[in-house]
Amino acid sequence: MKIVYDGSMDPRLCKAVLGETIPAMAAEDPDLIYLDADLMNCIGTAKWAAANPDRAVNCGIAEANMIGVAAGLASAGFKPIVHTFGPFASRRCYDQLFLSAGYAKNDITVIGTDPGVTATLNGGTHMPFEDVALYRALPGSTIIDVTDPTMLISVLRQCKDRPGVKYIRVGRKSYARVYEDGSELPIGKAVTLREGTDLVIFACGIMVHEALQAAAALEKEGISAAVLDMFTIKPLDVEAVVSWAEKTGAVVVAENHNRFGGLCSAVSEVLAERCPTPAAFVAVEDQFGEVGPQGYLQERFGLTAAHIEEAAKSVLKRKETK
Amino acid sequence: MQENNKLKAFAAEIRMAAIEAIHSIGSGHIGGALSIADVLAVLYGREMRYDPQNPKWPERDKLVCSKGHAGPAVYGTLALKGFFPYEELKTLNRPGTHLPSHCDRNKTPGVDMTTGSLGQGTSLACGMALGDKLRGRDSRVFLIVGDGESNEGQVWEAFAFAAAKKLGNLVVLLDWNKRQLDGWTKDIFPMGDYVAKFEAFGFDTVKVNGNDIDELVPALERTRAGGDRPYAIVMDTVKGAGVAEVAEKVMNHSLPVSDEQYERWTAQLKEEIKALEVEQ
Repeated sequence: MKIVYDGSMDPRLCKAVLGETIPAMAAEDPDLIYLDADLMNCIGTAKWAAANPDRAVNCGIAEANMIGVAAGLASAGFKPIVHTFGPFASRRCYDQLFLSAGYAKNDITVIGTDPGVTATLNGGTHMPFEDVALYRALPGSTIIDVTDPTMLISVLRQCKDRPGVKYIRVGRKSYARVYEDGSELPIGKAVTLREGTDLVIFACGIMVHEALQAAAALEKEGISAAVLDMFTIKPLDVEAVVSWAEKTGAVVVAENHNRFGGLCSAVSEVLAERCPTPAAFVAVEDQFGEVGPQGYLQERFGLTAAHIEEAAKSVLKRKETK
Repeated sequence: MQENNKLKAFAAEIRMAAIEAIHSIGSGHIGGALSIADVLAVLYGREMRYDPQNPKWPERDKLVCSKGHAGPAVYGTLALKGFFPYEELKTLNRPGTHLPSHCDRNKTPGVDMTTGSLGQGTSLACGMALGDKLRGRDSRVFLIVGDGESNEGQVWEAFAFAAAKKLGNLVVLLDWNKRQLDGWTKDIFPMGDYVAKFEAFGFDTVKVNGNDIDELVPALERTRAGGDRPYAIVMDTVKGAGVAEVAEKVMNHSLPVSDEQYERWTAQLKEEIKALEVEQ
């Protein structure tokens, strides 16, 4: 694994990566089966699926049934990978995820595309700020908020053979490139993207790029911020949280999700129990989404590098007066 | 008819076993367990391929009891067929038991799928049937769905899926017992004509008296043909069938079973079995 971040965008769109990686994985593993709910054309799998009807099942616009079918296929020995948009991959079919898959121990991988503000022009109805919270409460689940296309490939391959219910939230468009092509990102292991001494920023998904931008800006003001990529929200890399909180004495958490139930909560739970540390949160303040371009939405919901800088300065004040 | 009499006796034994389990803990979902005893007798006494010594045998036929609260009837059947000792029926719902109120594939040998949140077994059964088909297995998946359960929208998503994916190895057994927890389905949430619904969805559909072994046997036998259409057998049943005192109570979804009732009902069912043996 090599970090190659320079702020530029990865030329690959994640939908194209999905459209290539799922068929490639299916070619390697005869047990893989792909299910979608009438959104194959959104991730470039439709053509391959049409040519491989035994490997791909279009379940129509019926997500609850799709999760149940996937769970049934798992019991028959298959490794299902399911895709739909994030809200329909979580809240729309939660009881099915919980019981048919989780409780019944039918292992499936779910890809929820366009998490949080990356749902952009589909608007508030399609903008999940709660998907991570739902999956976190499912025992034994794995939750990934993807950082860049290279990571997407790595986690897809790991999730396929991992037990439990696995949830990968990823935008269909591009991300800032963080990892060198071909890098392996072991699930459950946070990545230190930047060292720092004054505070640590724990970030995931699109907020990793914002955190790195914020850290660079803070450095110009003489503030040394570490940045950790917490792409595995569950199981959380608890040791990374504890050691960096202890090392720096101040924490900022940044996520493209409601501050309730996601990474902010996960990190807070660890801090409260293991090493109480001043913390500030850059996340959606318990609101519903709305329509607009991503830049607008990041401003609207407080999810920019500037918001992270602000949070960093506020938490540093609390650290000093502690 | 001799074989059918054996199945009828088996159904009575299943009823006794379910009552045994429910009585041991004092109360339980007796109405819906009794209504499916006859179809369970035909499935496990005649129609299904399975091996109690190897309950996870991939080539077996599978049962999904989507109305998971009928667990005691399924457990009784499995115990009688040797999946686990009959005595274990008395552990129903006790701490650490292998026999929880609702069917759990990870706890009970022979239970093919976890169910309990109504409606979910339907999609699971579709996935299992599709999986068997893709694996080239000639096994069948039998899906018991309650009529109250069919209030759930997921049931109809699954039925549309079964027809769309041509799951001819799926047999839906609708337990049309006309009652749900709060009373008569016609008063709570009437679902209309099930036969017409299944036919409209593209199922090969028949309606039978679901508490009559003589009608169930040929209806299930004809599903062996497989083909491109899933099968639906609308079973006209009585919730509580086989124990008049239970059947007569409208609100019989879950009832206590006293020692006296247990003795009396068990004696009646034993008499029934004896009479069937004499007939042979």
